[in-house]
Amino acid sequence: MNQILRLTTALAFGVLTALPAAAVDLKVGLQDDADVLDPAQSRSFVGRIVYTAMCDKLVDVSPDLKIIPQLATDWAWSEGGKVLTMKLREGVKFHDDTPLDAAAVVTTIERNLTMAESRRKSELASVEKVEAAGPLKVKFTLKQPDATLLAQLSDRAGMIVSPKAAKELGANFGSKPVCAGPFKFVERVQQDRIVLEKFKDYWNKDNVFIDKVTYTPIPDSTVRLANLQSGDLDFIERLAPTDAAAVKGDSKLTYADVVNIGNMSIYVNVGNGARANNPMGKDKRLRQAFSLAMDREALMQIVFEGTALAGNQPFPPSSAWFNKSVPVPQRDVAKAKALIKEAGFDRVPVEIQIPNNPVVQQTMQIIQSMVAEAGFDVTLKSTEFATLLDEQTRGNYQLSRSDWSGRVDPDGNIHQFVTCKGGLNDTKYCNAEVDKLLNEARAATDEKVRKQKYDAATVILNDEQPMIYLGHQSWIWAMKKNVTGFTPSPDGMIRLVGLKKGS
Amino acid sequence: MVQMPVYIGKRLLVAIPTLLIISIFVFSLQKLLPGDPIMAMAGEERDPAVLEPLREKYHLNDPIPVQYVRWLGGVAQGDLGVSLRTNQPVLELIGQKLPVTIQLAVMSMFFAVIIGVPMGILAAVKKNTILDYIANLVALSGLSVPNFWLGIMLILLISVNLGWLPASGFESIFVDPVRSIQTMLMPSFVLGTGLAATLMRHTRSAMLGVLSSDYIRTARAKGLSPREVILSHSFRNALLPVVTLSALLFGELLAGAVLTEQIFTIPGFGKLIVDAVFNRDYAVVQGVVMCTAVGFLVMNLAADILYVLLNPRLRATL
Repeated sequence: MNQILRLTTALAFGVLTALPAAAVDLKVGLQDDADVLDPAQSRSFVGRIVYTAMCDKLVDVSPDLKIIPQLATDWAWSEGGKVLTMKLREGVKFHDDTPLDAAAVVTTIERNLTMAESRRKSELASVEKVEAAGPLKVKFTLKQPDATLLAQLSDRAGMIVSPKAAKELGANFGSKPVCAGPFKFVERVQQDRIVLEKFKDYWNKDNVFIDKVTYTPIPDSTVRLANLQSGDLDFIERLAPTDAAAVKGDSKLTYADVVNIGNMSIYVNVGNGARANNPMGKDKRLRQAFSLAMDREALMQIVFEGTALAGNQPFPPSSAWFNKSVPVPQRDVAKAKALIKEAGFDRVPVEIQIPNNPVVQQTMQIIQSMVAEAGFDVTLKSTEFATLLDEQTRGNYQLSRSDWSGRVDPDGNIHQFVTCKGGLNDTKYCNAEVDKLLNEARAATDEKVRKQKYDAATVILNDEQPMIYLGHQSWIWAMKKNVTGFTPSPDGMIRLVGLKKGS
Repeated sequence: MVQMPVYIGKRLLVAIPTLLIISIFVFSLQKLLPGDPIMAMAGEERDPAVLEPLREKYHLNDPIPVQYVRWLGGVAQGDLGVSLRTNQPVLELIGQKLPVTIQLAVMSMFFAVIIGVPMGILAAVKKNTILDYIANLVALSGLSVPNFWLGIMLILLISVNLGWLPASGFESIFVDPVRSIQTMLMPSFVLGTGLAATLMRHTRSAMLGVLSSDYIRTARAKGLSPREVILSHSFRNALLPVVTLSALLFGELLAGAVLTEQIFTIPGFGKLIVDAVFNRDYAVVQGVVMCTAVGFLVMNLAADILYVLLNPRLRATL
C-alpha cells in the first residue's frame, strides 16, 4: 500500500515536472488606464495598444505606414473609388470559437455606424452601405470616393468583433470583449491591470511566443522606469526623453524609439469669435515673425534630449508626405524684427494658453524667451486640459498650445484642422483654395496626385500659418534585454506577434 | 449605557440633511467647472454626429436641477449612475476601490500610531532633553518631506537597488495576502510617517497637559512607579484628543491619498477621483465624494463613541 502511494506520488511529480517550460508572461507598463474596451466606443491611445493584442483589424499598418493585410488578405477599388471589395482570410475564429466571415464584418461595421454610443461614425462617414458579396467577401459602397477609408479600417473602425458577443452584451461589450486577435480577454481591474492570454486558435498562432500579457497603468514615467529596473515589468511605453540616456547606459535594458506621426503646434485664433481680434490673429506677418523667432532645433535638443524632430508642417520631415520645398526654417531674428516693423509694431503682446504639464511648460518658457528677442511679449496662461480644450473650441483664446496624436493617413493630420468646416478647426481658418485642394486629395486614390495636392496646400498654410508647427515627438520604449523581436512603429503600437521573451 | 443606541440613532438621522447638502454642493460645483464631459470622453473626436447622441443618452442637455433630481432618485434606489469613461456602474467602481483604500488607510494608521504615539509620550516625559529634541526633529522631517519624494526614493532604494519589495502595484488581501502586504508596505509607511508626525505632536502636548495636573502629582507622591503613572494614569486621559485626531486623520485617508496612490500606482479612491475630475466623469466624482462624506461622518461618530467609552464622565451627557 505504502509502495503504491509512493509510486503514484513519484508519478504525479514526474508528470508535473515534465510539463512544458513555464508559461511566458509579459508585463507591460502603460502611461494611462485604458477606457472602455469596446472598439466601437473607446477613444484612448492606450486602449489601442491593448487592442493590438486583442482585436485584429481588416488591415494593418507596416512600420513604414503602408497598409498591409490582416483579416483581409486582398482588396480592390472599383467604380472610380466608390466601391471597395475585400477578401477575408480563411479559417479565422473569434475568441468564442464562432467563425469570422463576411456576415461578421457587416455586423461590426453596421454596429460602428449605428450604435448610439459609437465613436466611429465620423471615421466611417463615407460608407453608404456594407454588404456580404460571398462567404468571405465584403463590399463597401461609398457616398463619395474616400482614400482614407483603408487607414480607418486599420484602426478601431476596422476591428471585427464577435457578432454573438456584440448581440448579447450590446453597449456593455467592453465588460467582456470578444475579438479575433492573438490574445483573448481574461480580466480587468480598473486602474490596476488588464490581463490577456494567448488564443490557441489564432490564425497566426505559430508566431505568438507569449502566453500571457498583463498591462498595468503607471502614469508617472519615473516610477514606470523603476518598475522595469526592479524587474516588476518587462516592457514600458513612453519613456521620458530625459531618461533615454539612463536606459541606453543600462546593460540590462534595451532602448527603442521612432519619430511619431503626430505633431506639436500653436493654434492662432484667426477667426474664432471676438478674441480673433488680436494682432497675431489679424496679421500673418506677425505669425511668420513668431515662427522665425523660434529656434526649433534647440528646442527639440533642450526639452526632448534630441529625441524629437523639429518641424513646420502637419507631417514630420521623416514622412513621405512632407513637402521638401518648404523646409523647416532656421531661426532669423533680424527678419522677424523686420516683419514686426512692417506690420506696424514695436513690441507685440501675446497671450498663449497652455496645458499645465511640466514638459509643455518648459517648452513654452523657452519659446517665450526666444521670441522676446524679436519683439513678442508673451504671457503664458496655464490651464488644466479639459478647460483648455473647452476654451479652445469656444474661441476664448489668442494662441493655444495643442498636440495631435497623429493618423496613419495624411488626411487625418490636416483636413479637419484647416478646412472651413473641419471638426477640429479651432482657429476657424478658412480658405477656399485650401478646402478645394484637401477635398481633392481625400478623393484621389492615386498617391502621386494626393502628394501634389498636399504639397500645394502646405505652401499656402506655411505662408498664412493659422497653426504654427513646432515639431514631432518620438515614441520611446524600454524593455528588458531578454525581450526581443520588437519593431518600433510610428503609430506607437506594441505589436506582440513575433515578440519573444527569453528566460 | 441604555442611551447609547438612541444616541447613535439620533446622530445618524442628523447625518441625512448633512449628506443632502454635501450632494447639492458637489453637484453644483462640478457643473461650474469649465469643460464638457462628452468632449473629454470623446478625446480627439469632435464630430457633432458622435457627440450629440452621447449627450442625449447621459441627459446632459437637461437643466441642472433636473439632472440632480434624476441622480438623487437613482441614489435612493441604490443606483449611483454609470461612469462616462468606462461604462462601469459607479457603485461597482466604489466596491472595487473601497477595500483598497481601507487597507491602505488601516496600514498607514498602524504605522502612524506605532511611530507617533510612543514618540509623543517619550518626548513629553523627557521634555526638554535630547530625546525630546530628536523626537521633534523626526516629527518635523516627517511633516516636511513631501510624500512623492519619499515614495520615489524608497522605490529606488528598496525595489530597484535592493529588490526587496515590488516597486508598485496592488494585490487584493483576499487573493494573495503576502503579496498584498508587500505591495502596501512602502505606500503605507510613506503615508504613515506624515501622519505620525501630527500624532506625535498632539500626543506630546496632551501628555504634557496631563502630566502637570494635580492628580498626577498625587499619584507620584503616593509612590507609584513612573511606569504606572505614565501608562495607567496619564496616558488614558491624554488619549482623548489623540483619538479624535486619529479618527479625523483616518477620514482624510479614506478621501484618498492622491499623490501616494499615484506614485505607487494603487488603484484606490485618490486615483479614481483625480482621473474622474480630469475626465469630467461627473457620476464618479459625485459617488466618490458622497462615499467619502459618509466615511467622515461614520469616523466622527466612532470617535465620539470612543470618547464616551474612554471617559466615563461623558456618559452623563448622552
